[in-house]
Amino acid sequence: MLHLKGLGKTYKTGDVALSDVTLEVPKGQIMGLIGPSGAGKSTLIRCINRLVEPTAGAVMLGDVDLASLGKRELRRQRRRIGMIFQEYALVERLTVMENVLSGRLGYVPFWRSFLRRYPPQDIQNAYRLLDRVGLMEHADKRADALSGGQRQRVGIARALAQEPELLLVDEPTASLDPKTSRQIMRLLTEICAERGLPAIVNIHDVPLAQQFMQRIVGLRAGRVVFDGPPEDLTEAALTEIYGAEDWHAMRAGDAEQAEAEAEARARMEALA
Amino acid sequence: MTEITHYSQVWAHRTPRKRLFMWLGWLALVALFVWCWQVMTENTIWAFVADAPRQAADIGGRMMPPRLSYLPELMVPLWDTINIATLGTLGGVIMAVPVAFMAARNTTPSQHILRPIALFIIVASRSINSLIWALLLVAIIGPGILAGIVAIALRSIGFVGKLLYEAIEETDARQIEAVQATGASPAQVVSYGIVPQVMPAFWGISVFRWDINIRESTILGLVGAGGIGLKLQASLNVLAWPQVTMILILILGTVVLSEWVSARVRHAII
Amino acid sequence: MDWARVAAGLERGQRFVMGFLSPDFASRWTDIRQGLIESLTMTLTSTVVGVLISVPIGIGAARNLAPRAVYYLCRGIIAVSRALQEIIIAIFLVAMFGFGPFAGFLTLSFATIGFIAKLLADDIEEIEEAQAEAIRATGASWGQLVNYAIQPQVMPRLIGLSLYRLDINFRESAVIGIVGAGGIGATLNTAIDRYEYDSAGAILLIIIGIVMVAEYGSSYLRKFLQ
Repeated sequence: MLHLKGLGKTYKTGDVALSDVTLEVPKGQIMGLIGPSGAGKSTLIRCINRLVEPTAGAVMLGDVDLASLGKRELRRQRRRIGMIFQEYALVERLTVMENVLSGRLGYVPFWRSFLRRYPPQDIQNAYRLLDRVGLMEHADKRADALSGGQRQRVGIARALAQEPELLLVDEPTASLDPKTSRQIMRLLTEICAERGLPAIVNIHDVPLAQQFMQRIVGLRAGRVVFDGPPEDLTEAALTEIYGAEDWHAMRAGDAEQAEAEAEARARMEALA
Repeated sequence: MTEITHYSQVWAHRTPRKRLFMWLGWLALVALFVWCWQVMTENTIWAFVADAPRQAADIGGRMMPPRLSYLPELMVPLWDTINIATLGTLGGVIMAVPVAFMAARNTTPSQHILRPIALFIIVASRSINSLIWALLLVAIIGPGILAGIVAIALRSIGFVGKLLYEAIEETDARQIEAVQATGASPAQVVSYGIVPQVMPAFWGISVFRWDINIRESTILGLVGAGGIGLKLQASLNVLAWPQVTMILILILGTVVLSEWVSARVRHAII
Repeated sequence: MDWARVAAGLERGQRFVMGFLSPDFASRWTDIRQGLIESLTMTLTSTVVGVLISVPIGIGAARNLAPRAVYYLCRGIIAVSRALQEIIIAIFLVAMFGFGPFAGFLTLSFATIGFIAKLLADDIEEIEEAQAEAIRATGASWGQLVNYAIQPQVMPRLIGLSLYRLDINFRESAVIGIVGAGGIGATLNTAIDRYEYDSAGAILLIIIGIVMVAEYGSSYLRKFLQ
């Protein structure tokens, strides 16, 4: 489905963010991308829909090389790729429904989007998606009136409104609490499974990645250093990705978080 | 029928009521605009308007090239202009400080008498442009630099006073309380609790106003209040366009320079 | 310094203060009314036209939206409009278009462009880039990007700035009349030339009154629209 061939990105400052990344993501696969901050995770997924311009290699989506497209054709191809962002990136002052419908922008002419006169089937589909993510009654609220988890659900609905063939997900849980993070990840994996949708998920939380991903790719300094199923992600592999110290520090943080969660759960049970 | 069809196919961005109000609002604005336009252009002589491009080309042609030999003659008026701005700012700031302290809620000696008076002084000074002040003062004390200085000073009171009293009202109440707790007199509270806090704002505002005043004092001469504007007026009266160009270039240069100086100084303060 | 002249002036100053304290609205009322109508209509039309022109220029002057060439062109227009004072522009426009409020309208429109377009462009450059990125990722065109990602973020401030400029334009309309561009400034100029300080006092009081009303009105309206 998606095939990256020798993808590379060197910023104008001379920093090399990606070098020679070759990956294949088949249909229906959910792939987690892990690595320390600055490893190029964000750059990698942005090179796929060219929010960041790659400087080398090819991005094949089906038979189309996205890296070589002109502006107009790129816009048409971007419709095929849904993207979900860290910190949601909703347009805060628009309503939930407008945000979901903005997923259709690549399909409708300017006058329709300007007058908010979307085709009936788009509207119907948007309502269906809002129902799927459980926000039916919030359709006409402004996006900034929602909680973090709800906003990320709107973000998911917006990406799905594009009827994408591929999902790019950038740190979907970075600003959510652990419980909401799991709910969002579960929703994402369910939806991908329902639609046979392949997804690339940038994720900094290794246990979360191991729990939900079918395949994990580890990135370090712009290169792929691990590629395999979550079970293969051993201590040694993680040390390779993160470097010894970082990995232990991170695990300590996770242990703390797990403790805190366990305590919170115990308290809730005591109340019930 | 599949289960999907119960999702609505209709969605309106706004409720019909809201949409109606929006349309009415826009319609009212357009109507008001058209009406104002008609009233305004009632006495406009369209022949002059149609003739404007030709006039512009004509004036433009006469303005070039600027008369460089006029430059030495402009140096004294330019110096006058800078003096008007600087002395005017100084006078304005000196008068603005007590007004600001009277206008700020937390320092005003009397909430019901002095504060409204101070606020009225600020509004009156702000609503009347320095050129109008100059017009009045030239009529009262005669043409010359003094009228310019007083005009700039009167105009500056409102600007400096407003920004300064807002700065005073934003001071940290805890620091003031701490000084009060030592048993300080009201005057001591002001000098130890408030003055140190508003000092940076005060210098910033003064320099900013000085920069604006340079700009404004370049034109005061148009109504006889001294400075380089006098030369501009004289050149315009005799239609000496190359001289006008020279003066405008000089004014532009001065304005840009003063803006740069004020930006640097403010940067250094903050 | 001619102190004798100042002494003579003090007497006139006293008369002016007396005139200010007992303003005479009646004897020049038709002139004042005419000047006010010119000023107010000039203010409204020039603000509307100025803002309409400012929006495309402001978008063009935003580094994150416009191509380099357009960016420099629009920033250039803004710089020219800001560097020249209203009164100097008015002198030239009166010379070109003849005396009267039409020249004043053009002056204020031109000055509005420098003010609104600059602040709008700065505002667009400071938007939350993530929202624009998300809209871009959907395959939106440039127009759709502006409509969905930029407009919602800058609209409240644009409305606020326009109301503020309305206020400024009225104040300026009182000045440019001095060089023949119509409005209440022309009436005031005549009154002072004729040493009619009581009428001049009345005009100044009207200006102060309208400015106060405009200031409170626009701050109330801005709060209401937020």
